[in-house]
Amino acid sequence: MDYGKSTWRVAAIMLATAALGGCITVNAPEEPIVIELNVNIRQEVIYRLAEDAGNTIEENADIF
Amino acid sequence: MGEIMSRISKSVLAAAVAAVSLGAVASPAFAQRDPAYAAARAAGQVGERMDGYLGIVVAETPDLRRIVNDINIKRRAVYSERAKANNATIEEYALTAGCQAILATEPGEKYQAPDGSWQTRTAAAPLRDPRCP
Repeated sequence: MDYGKSTWRVAAIMLATAALGGCITVNAPEEPIVIELNVNIRQEVIYRLAEDAGNTIEENADIF
Repeated sequence: MGEIMSRISKSVLAAAVAAVSLGAVASPAFAQRDPAYAAARAAGQVGERMDGYLGIVVAETPDLRRIVNDINIKRRAVYSERAKANNATIEEYALTAGCQAILATEPGEKYQAPDGSWQTRTAAAPLRDPRCP
């Protein structure tokens, strides 16, 4: 009788431990997620295009 | 740009591209701004957006919308051509041109700051995207 009870107790503890150990806690980020416009455009690309864009504006002064 | 482009039919865009090409042949460079556009610009009714296109600063009117759409269709055609020549996307080229166009504004003219607000250009340097050269 006693042996059977303790077996159940041990089994229950092991199960609880296994369940707790397997928990994955996901916390929501505290900062709001901000998706910045044009964030995929890199500065180096802008630098590469800068001279050409400057000339384009000068040559198309009627629309700038 | 999406909302503007969606309103403009492809035929209008094609006509604008043709007009720009013809204009480029007829008057090679340094053409003057249309008087209505120049007036709206000087009055601060329209301004330079961060993305390389013209925006309406004040309450929208049909006349202002017409001016802005006309300019932006022509700009997009130019951006498209130059972006292709430079192996860049239209958005990349337009943003770069926006950097330059904002830098080229004269005191009293309007431009869009990185936070999206409209600013009046002063003698000081304009507020620009940190990626601008």
